[in-house]
Amino acid sequence: MRVLPRQLDQPLLRPAVEPGVGAHALASPEQQATAPAFSGSTGPEEADSYVERHTMADTAKPKGGGTTRSTGGRRRSRKDSPSNIADEQPKVLLEYYRQMLLIRRFEERTGQAYTQARIGGYCHLNLGEEATIVGLMTALQERDYLFTNYRDHGYAIGKGMSPRSVMAELYGRSTGAAKGWGGSMHMYDTETRMLGGYGIVGGQLPLATGAALAISYRGGDEVVMCQMGDGTTNIGAWHESLNIASLWNLPVIFVVINNYTGMGTPVEASSAEPELYKRGSAFRIEGVRVDGRDVLAVRDAAANLVERARSEQRPFLLEATSYRMKGHSVVDPAKYRTKEQVEEARSNDPITAFEATLEKAGILTEEAKQEIADSVREEVADAAEFAENSPHPEVSTLFDYTYATPVANESRRMPADPVFAE
Amino acid sequence: MSVITYRQALRDTLRAEMHRDENVFLMGEEIGVFEGSYKITEGLLKEFGERRVRDTPIAEEGFVGAAIGAAMLGLRPVVEIMTINFSLIAIDQIINHAAKIYGMFGGQTSVPMVIRTPGGGGQQLGATHSQNIELFYSFVPGLKVLAPSTPAEAAAMLRAAIRDDDPVLFLENLGLYNSKGEVPEGDETVAEIGRAAVTREGTDITLIGYSRMAMVAGQVAEALAAEGISVEVVDLRSLRPLDRQTIVESVCKTGSAVIAEDDWLTYGIGAEIAASIQEGAFDYLDAPVRRVAMAEVPMPYAKPLESAALPSVESITTAVKETLNAVGRRVG
Ligand SMILES: Cc1ncc(C[n+]2csc(CCOP(=O)(O)OP(=O)(O)O)c2C)c(N)n1
Ligand SMILES: [Mg+2]
Repeated sequence: MRVLPRQLDQPLLRPAVEPGVGAHALASPEQQATAPAFSGSTGPEEADSYVERHTMADTAKPKGGGTTRSTGGRRRSRKDSPSNIADEQPKVLLEYYRQMLLIRRFEERTGQAYTQARIGGYCHLNLGEEATIVGLMTALQERDYLFTNYRDHGYAIGKGMSPRSVMAELYGRSTGAAKGWGGSMHMYDTETRMLGGYGIVGGQLPLATGAALAISYRGGDEVVMCQMGDGTTNIGAWHESLNIASLWNLPVIFVVINNYTGMGTPVEASSAEPELYKRGSAFRIEGVRVDGRDVLAVRDAAANLVERARSEQRPFLLEATSYRMKGHSVVDPAKYRTKEQVEEARSNDPITAFEATLEKAGILTEEAKQEIADSVREEVADAAEFAENSPHPEVSTLFDYTYATPVANESRRMPADPVFAE
Repeated sequence: MSVITYRQALRDTLRAEMHRDENVFLMGEEIGVFEGSYKITEGLLKEFGERRVRDTPIAEEGFVGAAIGAAMLGLRPVVEIMTINFSLIAIDQIINHAAKIYGMFGGQTSVPMVIRTPGGGGQQLGATHSQNIELFYSFVPGLKVLAPSTPAEAAAMLRAAIRDDDPVLFLENLGLYNSKGEVPEGDETVAEIGRAAVTREGTDITLIGYSRMAMVAGQVAEALAAEGISVEVVDLRSLRPLDRQTIVESVCKTGSAVIAEDDWLTYGIGAEIAASIQEGAFDYLDAPVRRVAMAEVPMPYAKPLESAALPSVESITTAVKETLNAVGRRVG
């Protein structure tokens, strides 16, 4: 066992505290008063948070009705804590459900098209992360910026990009989000402020930090959300970015999607501190862990941090736990998984769970369910058809995007061309 | 006209660009309170304050990447990397991100930023601090790489780099900071990126260099003029894009070429120039193209070893004379 110096060890042993995870940034004060303490945090990974000692002292009480509570070691399962469904508008809940289902069906269709070789390259799906994505995207304002890793299709749609442009990009068509230059890993759209999926692990962290710097430089009130996976917390860019963001008080939320795996490596085998939300403490960044299968919990935790980042001009760390339903990418059969692990992932399907909750609460009727299923199926089919029928980019556009400012002597030779053409 | 140092030209230009455009700001290690490892940014923190002259932690990947992100939102960061050796820590952000964001996302967002960094050897800094690795960046489409050799050029090219919407690696050189040259008073010249210049006309042989080597090439040409040898000097100025046309036109005129480069020879910048010359001036060549480059060793510390490893006026002169002898002109 490792022995930590006392000062370092101490905060880890304190009862975990809860700044705002149970709080409802979007709910009214009355609702908060009646809401269960951990309305948002359910499941075996009970939501808790770690606040580094100094941060606690320095940080003002969370805004938006957030409170600091001890979890007191209580454990809640999904069954005995059906979130605060009663406090929510049914229409809003159905919309979350619809968006989750849209991402699910979109990704299933993507996997299918990939297997049929309609889509090239690497292809990482968001299957199993639908609740996390919808919760996170709901917490952002339109003016806020998003950076993600390569597992980005659902985020792109969640941030407001049309399924058509995302699917067309997957197909490499000129109508795609990046005109066919990016592919699966590189969704991008200035209009909705989805500032990129990035294929280099950790590459998006310094960029997101810099975007937050630009906001801070101009005195703007946007915030930046920077998504990544658990494996990403071990690369240099993580440390450098969290340090800079904290040092310069930048409004950026680092969101770690902990699916307990980076390709085939379990989080315990890659991170010396596998409770990832604690890893902000080295930078005096407050960290919160939330159950990523619970759309309301994610929304509330994220909204709280987003609004605090906005008002306090501080970075935050949010860890959302989730299960990867399939392999790392479409081609990965995930043979390294045991039967039990596969079963565990399947039994933690966020959509099935949310569906059941909504049905039990009488919000999702059989009729509404059918209607939503149909409209989602239609939207995905429309996206695929749009992609299928879109033109490929013209080879004549090959040199259009090397430089934004035209420049003398830029090379435009094709592979077999002589260097000096007549 | 006033005669100022290369360092002063850079500083004056940075200051003027910051006054001109509120979006221009500086980032880097020790550029503020310490006023720059090589004092390029001296006085600028006092003049502009911490918001616009930002000291960074020692985190090249983090702060270069942050500059890229800020540029994506429309700011115009000018980043100083203490020396080009340390850019290796940031190479992922430079090559995989700065150079890719415009094209990879279909031309939606440009990255208007400048990375200023000195290369150089000859300062007895040993193997890790004496490299000239501008080639790594010159290799990459999406980047623009500039390497001015005089104070006037440095000013005009830095102006161009800051106003350009693409990421520019702006190569300086430890051996150039104290060099002096004429810069017209109130000069506002914005250099055209991607153009080489014939900085000295001649008829016998073409001598090609960039950054410090362009300066040394000028000295060689000057000395050889006294011996009746007419050397034409081409200063590349821009390593990407590369102005092959200017090089080849000169070689077609003189019939032979020597390239002087501060980097290693194998796969180096000179290799690309030589290949371009053989393709563009094959019929005009009277002798093989020669390259004068650093000896292929990690740079030693001891002065005699370091001096021997680096190209010099003497070694370049030798190569020029040998080439002219090969052409059939007896120059001793
Ligand atoms: C710098 C770098 N190293 C390695 C890879 C290959 N790679 C792609 S995804 C991945 C695993 C990342 O895991 P995690 O951050 O947990 O994200 P997840 O895929 O689980 O969403 C690796 C090693 C890469 N893309 N970039
Ligand atoms: Mg993972």
